[in-house]
Amino acid sequence: MTRRWGGIGTHAILVVAVLISIFPFAWTIVMATNTTTDIYHSPPKLTPGSHLLDNVGNVLANIDFFGSMLNTLVVACVTTALVVFIDSLAAFTFAKFEFPGRRVLFGLLLVFMMLPLQLGTLPQFVIMSQIGWVGSLQALVPPALANAFGIFWMRQYISGGVPDELLDAARIDGCGFFRQYWNVAMPLMRPALSFLAIYAFVNAWNDYIWPLIVLTDPDRLTLQVALAQLNVGHNTDYSMVMAGVLMATVPMVAVFALFARGFIAGATEGAIRG
Amino acid sequence: MLSHWRQYLAISPFYLVFAVFSLFPVFFSLFLAFQHWDGLSDMKFVGLQQFQFLVRDPVFWQSVGNTLVIWVLSTVPTLFGALVLATLVHSVRRFKGFYRIALFLPNVTSIVAVTIFFGAVFSNNFGLVNAILGAVGIPPVAWLTNPWLIKLVIALLMTWMWTGYNMIIYLAGLQAIPPEVHEAARIDGAGPVGSFFRITLPMLRPIVLFTVVISTINGLQSFSEPQVLFGTNAANASLGGPGQAGLTTLLYFYQEAFMNNDYGYGAAIVWAFFLLIIVLVVVNWRLVQRGRKA
Repeated sequence: MTRRWGGIGTHAILVVAVLISIFPFAWTIVMATNTTTDIYHSPPKLTPGSHLLDNVGNVLANIDFFGSMLNTLVVACVTTALVVFIDSLAAFTFAKFEFPGRRVLFGLLLVFMMLPLQLGTLPQFVIMSQIGWVGSLQALVPPALANAFGIFWMRQYISGGVPDELLDAARIDGCGFFRQYWNVAMPLMRPALSFLAIYAFVNAWNDYIWPLIVLTDPDRLTLQVALAQLNVGHNTDYSMVMAGVLMATVPMVAVFALFARGFIAGATEGAIRG
Repeated sequence: MLSHWRQYLAISPFYLVFAVFSLFPVFFSLFLAFQHWDGLSDMKFVGLQQFQFLVRDPVFWQSVGNTLVIWVLSTVPTLFGALVLATLVHSVRRFKGFYRIALFLPNVTSIVAVTIFFGAVFSNNFGLVNAILGAVGIPPVAWLTNPWLIKLVIALLMTWMWTGYNMIIYLAGLQAIPPEVHEAARIDGAGPVGSFFRITLPMLRPIVLFTVVISTINGLQSFSEPQVLFGTNAANASLGGPGQAGLTTLLYFYQEAFMNNDYGYGAAIVWAFFLLIIVLVVVNWRLVQRGRKA
């Protein structure tokens, strides 16, 4: 009997924790669907209202929401595709092949993975202004590619997930190095690749510091920077700002909901094996 | 060497980008920390002057203090809460998958969106929190004006974002402990609490160490939260909120480097801060290690 009540108590605590983690989403919907007057009212309105479209209209009138969303989408897709290809190829090489300098090169990558990213931010900006990329979207891609986490993580996976025997067999059948990567290892790496893809996409989508620094052209921003500007300029019109927050958050939550299972499994893999 | 050209070709795309955008910048910023440069005119070598100024710069030390306070206020409840939640989720049979996903959700939302939300809810005049307090007769609290409450709000939002992430990692660690170990302890007469402190926690130690290191690195890099909370435009002189109570070290770096174009001093700030992080990670590591011996 006590065991049963203990179980109910556990679920009760967990349900409270879930409510806390979901509450901001619910309250964002309440604020985004009411008028600012309703929110300012004391006591404030606690239920969703019918003003979502007005608020969305105000967002669209104040910032180039869809333009900046398209910018973010393009940058996130390009970054993700490049990260998946470059990191998986390098990780495959490190996991399965011996070559002079391998240990030193991989060690270098590990050391730099520990360094705070901001150590290089200033020179990255200097480089971008030297090559004339300040203010343009392509400036967002290279720093994301220089992140070594993907290689570290993929190498862990490939070491165990791609059997040596299979690669040996492929070699005997006349498969060269790149065919082994593309035809033999690639299909086996699929689960790890999808995690890396979501990880890279979410990071690119949510990135704020670097776009804030390098996107100097107010007509060419990413979603997060545009959203922050909306907040600075109009932080008394809550319902509009929250409508913007809602519009910017929904796509990411949808992506997460679709891939949550694999993503969470992947996120823990690195911690447990590393 | 030549017979391995395919392998070198395969890793070259990464290492080319890495060399230009990671390796070179780190050394170049160290070099910049010894220069006076505004990014336009000629660089001037000034030796240790930037660091001499930094040691006596009250704003720098204030920013370090702010960062550390926010870090402690967020990391301790995050890791503790994550451990409790992981233990609870591990112990239930039903809805496990649902709890994992629902509790992890805050971690995939953007810092900008979350910060704007917290700013609205904790707003001094019209926020939900003050409205609720008002309903029970408590006068409004100046969440975004009081220097300690500013830090508390920032720490709260970081805790909200990161508890689920750490919970998932602890949960994976708990699942890796073979059930026979707990079975044996139970037969030897250990209760659930004793079993948790004497078996679960010691076996989880490497994972705890991992989360402490990650939280130290992440928690000390807070930047977006105060930046979005208090905004930065030319008219806003007090970066980091009233009294600069939310000015973290990275926000100060941003101000010096990118708003005041003082590249040399900006570089000195990040390098000094990096050394500080190393010291903290080593101290933390030692504490966790010593805990094992005790």
